[in-house]
Amino acid sequence: MTFSPELEAKFADLVTHYPEGRQRAALIPMLMFGQDEIGSVTQEMMEELGRRLGLSTMQVDEVVGYYSMLHKKPMGKFHVQVCTNVACMLRGGAELYDHACHKLGLGHKQVSADGRISLEEVECMGACSWAPAIQVNYDFHHEVSTDQLDTILEGLQK
Amino acid sequence: MALVNVTINGVSVQAENGALLIEVAKQNGIEIPAFCYYEGMSLQAACRMCLVEVEKAPKLMAGCTLPVAEGMVVRTESEPVVKARKTTLEFLLSNHPLDCPVCDKGGECELQDMTFKYGVGESRFTEAKQHVPEKQWSPVVFYDAPRCILCYRCVRVCNEGMGVGALGVSNRGVYSEIIPSHGDHLECDECGSCIDICPVGSLTSGIYRYKTRPWEMEHVGTVCTHCSNGCKTTLGVRNNEIVRGNNRDRSGINGEFLCVKGRYAFDFNHHPERLQTPLIRNAEGVLEEASWSRALKLVAEKFKALAGPKFGVIGSTRTTNEENYLLQKFARTTLGTANIDHHRSGDVVTLVDSLSGKTGQLGTVEEVYTAKAVLVVATDLSQQHPLLANKVRANFRHHKAAVYAVTPGPVREDKIARKFLRAAEGDSIAAVESLRDELAKAGDLVILFGDSIQGEKVRQLVAFGESLGIPVKYVCLVDYANSRGAMDMGVLPDLGPGYHATAPGLNLQQMLEATDLSALWVVGANPLKGGKTLASKDAFVVVQDLFRTETAERADVVLPAGSAYEKNGTVTNVCGQVQRIKKGIETVGSKADLAIIGLLARGMGVSLGAVDADTIFAEIAATVPGYSQLPMPIILTGGAAQTHPVNGRVPASTVPGNISSARDTLFTTGSLTRYSKILNEVLEKPGALYS
Amino acid sequence: MKLFNEPSPLETRIISFRFGLENSASIDTYLAHDGYKALRKALEMTPDDVINEVKASNLRGRGGAGFPTGLKWSFVPRASEKPKYIVVNADESEPGTCKDRLLIQNDPHQLIEGILLGAIAVGAKKGWIYIRGEYNYLIAIMDKAIAEAYKNGFLGKNICGTEFEFDLYTHTGAGAYECGEESALLESLEGKRGVPRIRPPFPAISGAFQSPTLLNNVETFSSVPAILRMGGTAYSDLGVPKSGGTRMVCMSGHVNRPGVYEVPLGFPMMKFVNEIGGGVWKGRQLKAIIPGGSSSPLLRAEECDIPMDYDSIAKAGSMLGSGGLMVMDETTDMVKLALRIMRFYQHESCGWCIPCREGTTWLKKMLQRVTDGHGQARDIDLIGDLAQNMRGRTFCPLGDAAAMPTIAIVKKYRNEFEAYVAKNPFAASELVSIS
Ligand SMILES: Cc1cc2nc3c(=O)[nH]c(=O)nc-3n(C[C@H](O)[C@H](O)[C@H](O)COP(=O)(O)O)c2cc1C
Ligand code: SF4
Ligand code: SF4
Ligand code: SF4
Ligand code: FES
Ligand code: FES
Repeated sequence: MTFSPELEAKFADLVTHYPEGRQRAALIPMLMFGQDEIGSVTQEMMEELGRRLGLSTMQVDEVVGYYSMLHKKPMGKFHVQVCTNVACMLRGGAELYDHACHKLGLGHKQVSADGRISLEEVECMGACSWAPAIQVNYDFHHEVSTDQLDTILEGLQK
Repeated sequence: MALVNVTINGVSVQAENGALLIEVAKQNGIEIPAFCYYEGMSLQAACRMCLVEVEKAPKLMAGCTLPVAEGMVVRTESEPVVKARKTTLEFLLSNHPLDCPVCDKGGECELQDMTFKYGVGESRFTEAKQHVPEKQWSPVVFYDAPRCILCYRCVRVCNEGMGVGALGVSNRGVYSEIIPSHGDHLECDECGSCIDICPVGSLTSGIYRYKTRPWEMEHVGTVCTHCSNGCKTTLGVRNNEIVRGNNRDRSGINGEFLCVKGRYAFDFNHHPERLQTPLIRNAEGVLEEASWSRALKLVAEKFKALAGPKFGVIGSTRTTNEENYLLQKFARTTLGTANIDHHRSGDVVTLVDSLSGKTGQLGTVEEVYTAKAVLVVATDLSQQHPLLANKVRANFRHHKAAVYAVTPGPVREDKIARKFLRAAEGDSIAAVESLRDELAKAGDLVILFGDSIQGEKVRQLVAFGESLGIPVKYVCLVDYANSRGAMDMGVLPDLGPGYHATAPGLNLQQMLEATDLSALWVVGANPLKGGKTLASKDAFVVVQDLFRTETAERADVVLPAGSAYEKNGTVTNVCGQVQRIKKGIETVGSKADLAIIGLLARGMGVSLGAVDADTIFAEIAATVPGYSQLPMPIILTGGAAQTHPVNGRVPASTVPGNISSARDTLFTTGSLTRYSKILNEVLEKPGALYS
Repeated sequence: MKLFNEPSPLETRIISFRFGLENSASIDTYLAHDGYKALRKALEMTPDDVINEVKASNLRGRGGAGFPTGLKWSFVPRASEKPKYIVVNADESEPGTCKDRLLIQNDPHQLIEGILLGAIAVGAKKGWIYIRGEYNYLIAIMDKAIAEAYKNGFLGKNICGTEFEFDLYTHTGAGAYECGEESALLESLEGKRGVPRIRPPFPAISGAFQSPTLLNNVETFSSVPAILRMGGTAYSDLGVPKSGGTRMVCMSGHVNRPGVYEVPLGFPMMKFVNEIGGGVWKGRQLKAIIPGGSSSPLLRAEECDIPMDYDSIAKAGSMLGSGGLMVMDETTDMVKLALRIMRFYQHESCGWCIPCREGTTWLKKMLQRVTDGHGQARDIDLIGDLAQNMRGRTFCPLGDAAAMPTIAIVKKYRNEFEAYVAKNPFAASELVSIS
């Protein structure tokens, strides 16, 4: 399988970051960047990255299954992650998540029929002092009220 | 290494500094319970069953990873320890299905045993359990995730023990599961070690599952009848049927190792095509069922009439030493012929001769595990000699052995080799030469060599080894369960038992090509395999076998023989180690080859004395060089004893045979494995040596 | 994204003083404000002198465990056949903690300089910053700063015209709290599942790629340039004995002015909440404080009148931990809090060891049931008991981190659990146990 030239360049650079013979270290970054480009960690991608790093597909699979940000099934084009951990919960994170569920008609890790939006209840993402917080893909939104959430979601749905 | 003083449960003991507490305790008769700790494999510290109290430590310590040190004071049965064990078991059982009544492992499950010994009687868990459906990974391996306690033994035995690495762990936390090499299925050696080592009923065997409860079986310790490595195996027999093969008691030269053949391929015994009545060719030229008495009478009469120098005898690489010994004796004396041979797959004769006058230079299985260096020449060891390959790997893992491989194509040993060289079979010796400087520094060495090293090349290899200036041992690789025994017993046209020169006769090839053979008697062999023909059109052919092989199809009389799992006796493995086999079952209508020879002799009016395995073995011990001082108590209790070297020159063969290995893979051993249903099901890459 | 909260005049801004400066992340700003001065100084010192300065500062690890940093640096063997490495823990996943993020976002060069000082001290030539996957935008910021540092001769060969050389890279995580635990982090860095390693050997002896490795938190490294500039003793004197210097404390929850503030160790906790944080919101009463991330047992309001330093908080039965201070007002439902905390640890348990894997799952199920109104009286003791049974028996401290807050909540707010059970119409006074 092929990646974009930019990503190929990034991979080529990445493997030079680690000691000789330890190129396996590049696996997790490659999976993350690959997923960012392709939309999910596909079987093909696991095979390809395994081949490049001298790992069996099973060895790649072991790693993929462990990390919660790696998805074998595609998430939406916009992946909405709502934190409900303690600091956010104290400031309405759980209600915010419920609101998102109703508004989108989606549950945890579900994807809208058009593949545009997906929702996930996530653990603390390091925005506790600006709670409640959400992330849309990698973009943080802080101190999100339900009204603001509506605006954000409506923006994504268009 | 320095000794330290440690106190365990108030008793002071001495131990090697840095030894693991769990081992030190065991050596002193104290059991520290463990699930994930497994002797000889990498440490995990995962199950927490082995927690013990150590004075001055702030919390309980895992005994499986704790190196002992001077003055350490340990308690393994104190109240906090006992409580910790109880709670660990309680946690473990919380999500365990507790379907013991329908679990294969019930009765021999380590979780049951631990709960019995250390657990609490009642469960405080009242939540819903998490269920995941059982998965079938291959014809022989099933995985039930809810029963899995995640001890990672299966992963390690596959990776470290077998060098296959077909099992992994995926997902996280309580959703963690063991995963197979290919997404939803396994592609591997199918050795079943993972099933065997699983402490619970999470991994189960496709052929054993739901067949029996463990306590309903009779356990018969014998030796695998497939390749030459001679693994001990315990047959689980129920109602005259073998339902399981394993070696959980870790006795014998193989410890708990068994390959796919040893573990599963006993099913040929129960194959529907198994012969159960003698066959006689009738007037129309068709093989027709006949009674034993009619068949034996006919054969005895013919043998009596046809005896003499035109008689040919082909012995077996799978029958016992006693059977082969008796066969050659009967041939040379009663039948008056020197035409006797068998399918030779390695040049043991030249090796023994090259080493004549020297002692202690034939390597044992154990030495493959302990030598500082191992050189593998011209063989795909992992495919053709699974146990020896396993020992090489274990030696590498446990002792950092220096492994060298000189082979015509890629082999699994490459992965652990300090150096591997690719050399066409004709160039092996030159390639080996190039390792001279390195090997000379190795400390001590075992050389394992395949069939292409024969005749002069064996002498060159031995000369090379002897010139290194370090202790070197040799193993001449041969194919089948008693290939080595057949040679030792003198099933050779010019050498009698113990490699004593005898008047030369025809070798196997010459017998097939001769146009004037009066009779050919084939005992447990299939020389006409692969479309070969017998040139003597009129020869009277008698075949003793389990199945109607190609050779049986050419026979005038076929006598149904018993398999190795159906008789007593001894076999000699590739390293010359003698082991006892034990009768587990019986197939109605068949007879052991030894008994058949005895009955034929009687029919011919010849007295052979008592024809039973023990009596013949006593004769072997009394007369065959190398077998004379075997420590009988070891053999009788299921151990392996190496034969002694033959002192004095072995005469160079006057009738060299065609020496060639059948090049079996991990999933085959000659004709026998064609009748194993299970082996045919799991066959993944047939014939893929060096790939 | 800019700085999130207004600084407070009560702060002592030692490592956050550049926050809020224009282009604070750029090397120019950094150089204009004492940047890389400590590095130049250290290049003229012996490694031992650098370590001694750090020892004198009484700096303790800011990642959670609070291990004395100078001592840790001295564990890395002087002579080593293998190369030595530096690994920076920027996994910041402890609930309540969001300071490393600010340190990287606002002052990445301070981190680079801190790393270089560590490299001089232990003789390392290569390092990685392990950044949690969610902090994707920080990778761009950090990579840019690294590029600037290379360009200006602070990374690469011949740093500042000397023999000293160092290469630095960012490395992304992919979503796993456990990868903040140092040995699991190293596994993850090597491209494997984030399962902790058996220790000893500790990373100082055998860490990344089985080589001697110095591993510290972002804030820990970020504090070192100031220590070398002002001198270890002066830095130490900012705090209290045995807890030197300042800390970034992340205030969240029910307060008027949540935010990340830098205060000296030993700063009074109530003063922090009331004066810096503007007090409990909505005019409500304080109920409890979680002082150092969700792994630290909570303190009831009446237990909070203590200085914020490692030893004082430990004496009160909790931990300063990662500096994630979460404030709860009188309306907070402690049963739900216990459930939410357990859900987190259950989700993040790596699954390697039995007590943590099974214990967190069982506890989560029970707490969920009690919260759903199906609790039984005996459940309350059982929750406490199971947590006790996990504690001290797991392979890594995550099990303890799940157990300790649970034990504290059940002990301190038992009445709230009882109230839940009382509302269950099917609650039996006694239950027959299932054998
Ligand atoms: C479960 C668990 C999670 C942890 N997460 C982090 C983390 O996110 N960031 C961090 O710096 N340290 C974390 N730690 C602490 C690290 O193991 C380690 O002690 C620390 O990074 C060492 O750096 P320091 O001495 O500078 O604090 C965690 C520890 C545990 C047990
Ligand atoms: S399948 Fe069996 S051996 Fe493998 S981890 Fe599970 S319990 Fe252990
Ligand atoms: S290695 Fe050989 S002797 Fe051992 S189990 Fe396999 S076939 Fe049988
Ligand atoms: S305590 Fe055990 S299961 Fe939990 S995170 Fe640590 S090693 Fe993994
Ligand atoms: S608790 Fe939501 S970001 Fe930390
Ligand atoms: S035996 Fe020690 S933790 Fe499993």
